[in-house]
Amino acid sequence: MIEFTINGRAVKIDVEPDTPLLWVIRDEAGLTGTKYGCGIGMCGACTVHVGGRATRSCITAVQDVAGADVTTIEGLDSEGMHPVQQAWRHLRVPQCGYCQSGQIMQAAAFLKDIPNPTDDDIDAVMTGNLCRCMTYGRIREAVREAAAAMRGETVNG
Amino acid sequence: MASIGKIARRTFLLGTAAVAGGVAFGYYSYRKPLANPLKDELAEGEATFNPYVKIGSDNRITIIAPRAEMGQGSYTTLAALVCEELDVLLDQVVIEHGPSAPAYYNAAAMREGAPFPRFDESFLAESLRSTMGVVAKFVALQFTGGSTSMIDGFERMRHAGAAARETLKQAAARRLGAQAASLTTKDGIITDPASGQTLSYGDVALEAADLVPPSDIVLRERKNWKILGKPQPRKDMLAKVTGAPIYGVDVDLPDMLYGTVRMNPSPGGRMKDFDATTALAMPGVKKIVAIDSPYGHGIGVIADNTWRAFKAAEAVNIKWEKGPIPPSSADMEALLTEALKGTDSFSLRTLGDPDLVFADAPHDSIVEAEYDAPFLSHAAMEPMNATARLKDGLLEVWAPNQGPTLIDAVGSRITGLPKEKIRVHTTFLGGGFGRRIEPDFSDYAIRLALEAEGRPVKVTWTREEDMTHGPYRPVAKARYRASLDEKGIPRALVGSVASPSVMTSAVGRYYPDIPMGGPDNALIDGAFNQPYGIENYRIDGRKVPLAVPVGFWRSVGNSYNVFMHESFIDEIAHAGGRDPLDLRRELMADFPVARAVVEKAADMAGWTTPAQPGHARGLAFSLSFGTWVAEVVEVSGQDGAIRIENVWCAADPGLVLDPLNFKAQMMSGIVFGLSAAIGQQITFADGAVEQSNFHEHDALRIDKCPRIEVELLENAPHMGGAGEPGTPPSMPALGNAIFALTGKRLRRLPFANEIEFA
Repeated sequence: MIEFTINGRAVKIDVEPDTPLLWVIRDEAGLTGTKYGCGIGMCGACTVHVGGRATRSCITAVQDVAGADVTTIEGLDSEGMHPVQQAWRHLRVPQCGYCQSGQIMQAAAFLKDIPNPTDDDIDAVMTGNLCRCMTYGRIREAVREAAAAMRGETVNG
Repeated sequence: MASIGKIARRTFLLGTAAVAGGVAFGYYSYRKPLANPLKDELAEGEATFNPYVKIGSDNRITIIAPRAEMGQGSYTTLAALVCEELDVLLDQVVIEHGPSAPAYYNAAAMREGAPFPRFDESFLAESLRSTMGVVAKFVALQFTGGSTSMIDGFERMRHAGAAARETLKQAAARRLGAQAASLTTKDGIITDPASGQTLSYGDVALEAADLVPPSDIVLRERKNWKILGKPQPRKDMLAKVTGAPIYGVDVDLPDMLYGTVRMNPSPGGRMKDFDATTALAMPGVKKIVAIDSPYGHGIGVIADNTWRAFKAAEAVNIKWEKGPIPPSSADMEALLTEALKGTDSFSLRTLGDPDLVFADAPHDSIVEAEYDAPFLSHAAMEPMNATARLKDGLLEVWAPNQGPTLIDAVGSRITGLPKEKIRVHTTFLGGGFGRRIEPDFSDYAIRLALEAEGRPVKVTWTREEDMTHGPYRPVAKARYRASLDEKGIPRALVGSVASPSVMTSAVGRYYPDIPMGGPDNALIDGAFNQPYGIENYRIDGRKVPLAVPVGFWRSVGNSYNVFMHESFIDEIAHAGGRDPLDLRRELMADFPVARAVVEKAADMAGWTTPAQPGHARGLAFSLSFGTWVAEVVEVSGQDGAIRIENVWCAADPGLVLDPLNFKAQMMSGIVFGLSAAIGQQITFADGAVEQSNFHEHDALRIDKCPRIEVELLENAPHMGGAGEPGTPPSMPALGNAIFALTGKRLRRLPFANEIEFA
C-alpha cells in the first residue's frame, strides 16, 4: 500500500510499486486531466507537481512519490482562476487542448522559480512540452502575461 | 447533358470513390428531408426544430455541431452560425456533437472531391460539384475532414437557426394575437412592439416545434451580422485549462474495464500463434484474445487498469507472419522509380501539347528535377482509443473520431446489429489531422467489448502501437521537367507523380465491398490544379500499390505535391534568372486572387528589400481546399545550421467567419508542415516501421518555432477551408529559403537528413 496526497486528499494505492504515477492518477484516482502522450517523458502531457516541482508522471514510479504531495491540473484551480489558466483562457491558447494540462502545470511551476522570464527562459523550459496543434506563439505570450499577473502587474484586457 | 452524365459516372471512380458502385439517385429522394435524429432523445419539456436545434421550456438552448472538435474551433463557429440567425448569444447555448446520423452528411467534402481545379468555374465543373453533394447525402457520410466544416455548415446551420426563429415567432404570434412578421427577436426573447409584451423562446418552444417554417426565409446579409465575421469566445476554453474529462481517453463508465491491443507490426501480416500464459498470470489481467480484423491481426488484452493491460500485452509471446509489403524503404523507392519510367498513368488536366514543345526545345532551355517525400505519421497527441459496450442488444461506442457513420458501419459488420441498435458518441479529439477518420480503433474496441460480458471496455493504444501502424501519409516521388523561353517563362511544364493511392487504400478499409479503380485526383492534388498560366502543361499520376495502409494526412496529396511543384517553380525562376515573386506574378496574370495573396505575403516579408546579412527568404503558394495561400519563410545560418526565423502568410478563403480562429488554423498548419519538412519520416526495414515514439518522429518544439504573421484577404469568389491550406506551402517555402541562403537545393524530405537545424 503506497500512501501520498493528490490535490490535498490522502490516498492509499494498492498496485505494483513500479506502476507509473500517471496511470495511478488516471485509472485509480480517476483524475483524467493528466494526459498520456508518449510514456517515455518526451512530450510533457503528463506533467504534474510533486512537492511543487514539475514532474513527468509517466516515467515516475508511484513508489517514488510515497509520502509526497502531488498536484494535478484539477488541483491547480478547479475554476480555472490560477493566473496561468487565466492567461491561457484570455489568449485562447488551446486548440485541441490535449497537451495543455501539461503545458499549464509546467508553466505554473516554472514561474515560481523564475518570476520574470525572458523569451529564452520560456523556450528553454517549455521545450519539453510538445504541442501538435502548434500553439507555441500563444504559449509564449500567455506565460509572459501570467508572469506579469503573478508579479502583481496589470495585464491588458 | 449526356456527356455530363457520362463524366459523372466516371467521376464516381475518382476522388469520391467512397460512393462507387453505381448509386442510383433521383430528384425526389434527394429533396426528401432526412429524419431528425434528435426526436428520439428529447428530455422532458424539450423540443427540437431540426437536426441542429433543441430548446427546452426552461430556456436551455442546445445547438448540435455535428463535426469533430479537434482543435480547429469549428464547434464554436458552427454554433455561431445558428446563433446568428436564431438571435441568441453564444453564451446562451450549450453545444453538443450529437448522434451519428444521415442528417449530418458532409456535402461540401464531396463537392471538393470533383476532379477539377477550384478555379474552373465552367458549367461542367459546377454541375459535377453539385452532383457530388447529392451523392454525399445518399451514402450519408458524416465526417470531419477536407477542411469542409464551415463550407458545409455555412448555409445549412444558418437556415437551421432561421427556421427555428420563424416557427418560434409563429407560435408566439398565436399566443399574443399578433402577426408573426411584426414580432422582433433578440437574445432569446420575442417582443411584440405594438403591445410591449414579451415571451421567451422556452415559453413557446413546445408549441413551435410542431409548426412548419415558412418556405421563403431569407438569410441575413453580412452587414447585419452580430456574431459572425469577428472573433468569437471559444466555448471549450474553460474545460481545456482545467483538465475536464472531455476526450476519448477520459471516458469513465460504471463497471468499466481497461484494454489495449498489440497488432502485427508488419502491415497486412497475420498472426501465426500466441502464448499468453505468462501475461494471464499478471495482476489484474482478465482476458487475452486474438483479434482478426480487416484493420490488423494481433491480440487484445482486457485488464483492470490501462497500465496492467500495456504490461500484459508486452508479455504475450507472439509469432507473427510477415505482411505482403516490400521489406524496406529502399525496395519501395525502387518501385516508385519503376513506375515513373513506365507508361501506366492518368492525367486530369492537360493544356496544349507539352510533348511537342519538348521535342523542339533546345537542350539548354530544359530544367529537370526529381523530388521525394516520405511516409508520415499523424502523431496526434491523444493516442488512438475507443470505449465500447455491448449490452442487452445495444452497441455503444465512445470515440474521438472524425467519421461516426463509418463506426456505425463497422459496428454493424462485427456484431450483425442493425444501425438502430448502435450508438456512437463522439468525444472531443486530442488532435486528428485525418487519422481519426479511420475506424480501426473503434473496430478493436468493439471486438474486445464482445468479450467483456456486457461491461464497457476502454481500449487505449500505446504511442508505439499508434506510430508503428499507420495509416500513413504516403511516400511519393515525382519528376518535373520544363522548357523555358529566353525570358525565363516556362513554355511547357510536365510532372509525373508516383505514390500509393490514398483513395484506393482508404476506400478498401472503409467499404471493403466497393471496388476502387481508376484515377485518384488526390494523388496529384496540389500539382495539376494550381493557377499558373503555362500554355503547355500536364501532370500525370501513377498509382503504386505498396500494401502499406495510407490515409488522409492534413492536406492529403497537397502535402507532398505542393512541396514538389512549388520547389520546381522556384528552380525554374532561378534557372531563368527571374525573381521567384516576379515569375509567379507573371504566370498568375489571369488569377488575380492568387496574385493578390502572393503580393501580400511578399509585402509583409519586405521581399523587395534585401534580407539582413546571414538571412534569406523563400516564397511558395498553393490553392488547396478552396483557400489561396502564399507564405514567405525567412531562415538564417548559424554555425552551419539553419534556423527558421519568420513566416509571413497571406490567405484568402473568400469569407472569414472568425478571423482569430482562422489565423490560429493557418499558424497551426504552417508549423505542422515545417515540422514534417524538417525532421519527420516513417521508414521501413524488415517489413516493419522503424520509428516508434516521439524520440524518432518528433515535431517542432517551442524553441525552434518561428515568429508567424498571418493576414487574411477576402477576394476569392467561393468560401475555402481553414484546417489544411496552411500546411502545403510551408515546406517548399522553407526549401526555397534554404536554397536562397546556401545555394543548396533540397529535393528530399525531410531536410534534416541533409542539413542541420538550430
